[in-house]
Amino acid sequence: MTAPLHDTGAAETAAVDVTAGAPAKAIEGRSPWRIAWVRLRRDRIALAGGVVVLLLVLVAVFAPLIVSLLGHPPNEYHEERIDALFGTPKGAWGGIDKDFLFGVEPVNGRDVFSRVVYGARVSLLVAFLSAVVAVVVGTVLGVVAGYFGGWIDTVVSRVMDVLLSFPQLLFIIALVSVMPNSLLGLSGSGVRMAVLILVIGFFGWPYVGRIVRGQTLSLREREYVEAARSLGAGRGYILFRELLPNLVAPITVYATLMIPTNVLNEAALSFLGAGVKSPTSSWGQMLSKAVTTYESDPMFMIIPGLAIFVTVLAFNLFGDGVRDALDPKGSR
Amino acid sequence: MFAYLVRRLFAVIVMLGVVVLVTLSIFFAIPKLTGTDVATLFVGKQADPASIEGIRQKLELDDPILVQFWHFVSGLFAGRDYTGGGTTEHCPAPCFGYSFRNEQLIWPVLTDRLPVTLSLVSGAAVLWLLGGVATGVVSALKRGTLWDRSAMTVALAGVSLPIYFTGLLSLAVFHYWLGWVDGEYTDFAEDPGAWFSGLMMPWITLAFLYAAMYARLTRATMLEVLGEDYIRTARAKGLREPVVIGKHAMRSTMTPVLTILGMDLGALIGGAILTESTFNLQGLGRAAVVAIGERDLPMILGVTLFTSTAVIVANLVVDLLYAVIDPRVRLS
Repeated sequence: MTAPLHDTGAAETAAVDVTAGAPAKAIEGRSPWRIAWVRLRRDRIALAGGVVVLLLVLVAVFAPLIVSLLGHPPNEYHEERIDALFGTPKGAWGGIDKDFLFGVEPVNGRDVFSRVVYGARVSLLVAFLSAVVAVVVGTVLGVVAGYFGGWIDTVVSRVMDVLLSFPQLLFIIALVSVMPNSLLGLSGSGVRMAVLILVIGFFGWPYVGRIVRGQTLSLREREYVEAARSLGAGRGYILFRELLPNLVAPITVYATLMIPTNVLNEAALSFLGAGVKSPTSSWGQMLSKAVTTYESDPMFMIIPGLAIFVTVLAFNLFGDGVRDALDPKGSR
Repeated sequence: MFAYLVRRLFAVIVMLGVVVLVTLSIFFAIPKLTGTDVATLFVGKQADPASIEGIRQKLELDDPILVQFWHFVSGLFAGRDYTGGGTTEHCPAPCFGYSFRNEQLIWPVLTDRLPVTLSLVSGAAVLWLLGGVATGVVSALKRGTLWDRSAMTVALAGVSLPIYFTGLLSLAVFHYWLGWVDGEYTDFAEDPGAWFSGLMMPWITLAFLYAAMYARLTRATMLEVLGEDYIRTARAKGLREPVVIGKHAMRSTMTPVLTILGMDLGALIGGAILTESTFNLQGLGRAAVVAIGERDLPMILGVTLFTSTAVIVANLVVDLLYAVIDPRVRLS
C-alpha cells in the first residue's frame, strides 16, 4: 500500500519520457496558460463538460429562435391538450409527442420545451452575473485585506466571518420578500433577477475573499514583490502588475466552480417562491409546481430536474478540469 | 485555554448582535428606503387606519432602529410588554415576541418545531458521515481503480442534483409507486416505527447529497495527507498499514471534514429549508419560509437568531475539537 510513492515515481518517469521521447522537436518556452490549455485539451471529460456548457449558453442566447422553430410561445395556453377532469396532460409521458417535445404543463397546457429553453436564460444569467459580482468584490477586498493587513484586514476578515455564519438562504428569501416591484427603472421579473444576482453575489464574495486574502498574504512576502518595491514601485503597480496576475489562476478556478453553485441557488430560491415569478419561466419554479403534480404527471418533475442536473454537472466537470489544468502540482 | 474561551464567547455575542441588527434592518430600513410602509405590510392594505396605528405602536415602528434593537435584546432576557391599540400583552423571557399573523408566542413555536428538524438532521448526519467518509477513504487508498472512478462519478452526480429533485423522485418511486415508506412525519413519542418510516426518505435524500460532498472532500484530503513526510516516516519505522492509515492519516484527514461538518450541522439545524419543503416536514426551516411569505417579522427574527446561534456554536465546538483531534493545534 504505497500508492502515493509509486504515483510520484510514475509521474517523474512520465515527465522524463516526454522530454526524452521527442528529440526531434525544438525546445520551446511555454507560458503557464499555454500549459494549462494543452492539459485541458487532453482532458476529454472536462472538454465534454465544456461543450455542454457552450451548447447551454447558445440555447439561452438563441432561445426565441429555437422556440419559434421547435416549440410554441412559452406563455401560450393549450387547454385542448389537458384532460379537463384531472388537469393532467393528455397522452402518455406527460403529453410528449413531435409537436410538444417535452410535453405540456399540467392544468394550463403550456409548452414545457419552450419553458425549459427560456428557463436556461434566467438560470445562466443569474448564475454568471452573480459569480461576477462575487469575484469582483471578493478579489478587491481580499487583495486589500491581505496586502495592507492591520485594521483593514481585521475589519474585512470579521465581515467575512459574520457573512459566512449567516443563515444565507433565509436572509436571501427575506430580502427578496421585502423588495418592491419596481426599482431603478426595472420592473417585475427584472427586479427579481437583479435582486437575485446582487444577493447571491453578495453572499458568495466571502468565499472568494478568503482564498484571495490567503494567497495575497503569502505572495506579498515573495522576493519579486520585494524587488519591485525596492525599485520604487508604487502600491498600485505592485497590486495590479505584480500580485493580481498571480491570483488569476485560483480566481479562475473558483469562479468556474462557483457558477454551478449559483445555478443551484437560483433554482432553490425559485423553488421556494423567492425567484422570478410566472409568466417568466425558471427551472426551480417548475419543480415547485411539480411538488403538487408529481403523482399524476411525473414527467413535469423529471424534465426541469434533469435540466438543472445536466447544467450543474457540465459546469462541475468543466470546472474540475480547469482546476486540474491550472494546478502547478498536476502531473498530467 | 480559558482566555481563548472567553474571547471566543465574546465574539459569539457580538456576532449574534450583528445578526439581530441586520435582520431588523432588512425589515425596517429597506422598506423605508424604498418607500413601503411596514405596518401596512403586516396587516394588509385593506385594514382600517386604527389597526394600522395599533400595529405601528406595538411594533414600535416610529422608534429609531437602535431603540428597537435594545427592546428586542432586553426582551430576550427579561421578558417584555407589548402595548398598542388599547391592549397590553405580556411576553415572558426568553421573549422573541408575538407572531403578528396568529398572535402566538414565538418561543413555544420554535421549541415545538425543533424536534422535527433535529430528527431530520441528526439521522441524516450519521448516514452521510459514515457513508461519505468511508467512501472517500477507500477511494483515496484505491486511487485510479474502477471502484474509485465509479464512486467519484456517483459523488459528482450527487453534488449536481438539487435535493428537491431527488426528494420528489424518491417520493414518487418509494412512496407513491412502491408504497414502501410513509410520506408523513409522526412524532417519535407517538409511534417510533412510524417516525422511522416517515423520516427514511428525507434522511436518505439529505444524506446522499452530503455524503457526496464529504466523499469528495475526504478523498482529496486523504490523498494530500498520504503524500506528507510523516506518513513516509510512519511507514519507514515499520508501522503496519492499518495503523498508518487509521491512526496517523485519519487524524489529519478528519480536520477539514470536521470544519465542514460543524458549519453544515449548524446551518442545517435552522436551514433544512429545502428538505423540509419537499417532504412537507413542519420543522424550523419550513416555519421560516411560511413566515417570510406572510412577512411575519418576529417569527423570521426568531428562526434567524436561533439558526445563527446554532451555526456559531457549532463552529465554536468544532474549533475546540480541533485541539483534541489534531495535536499540532494549540488553543491560545
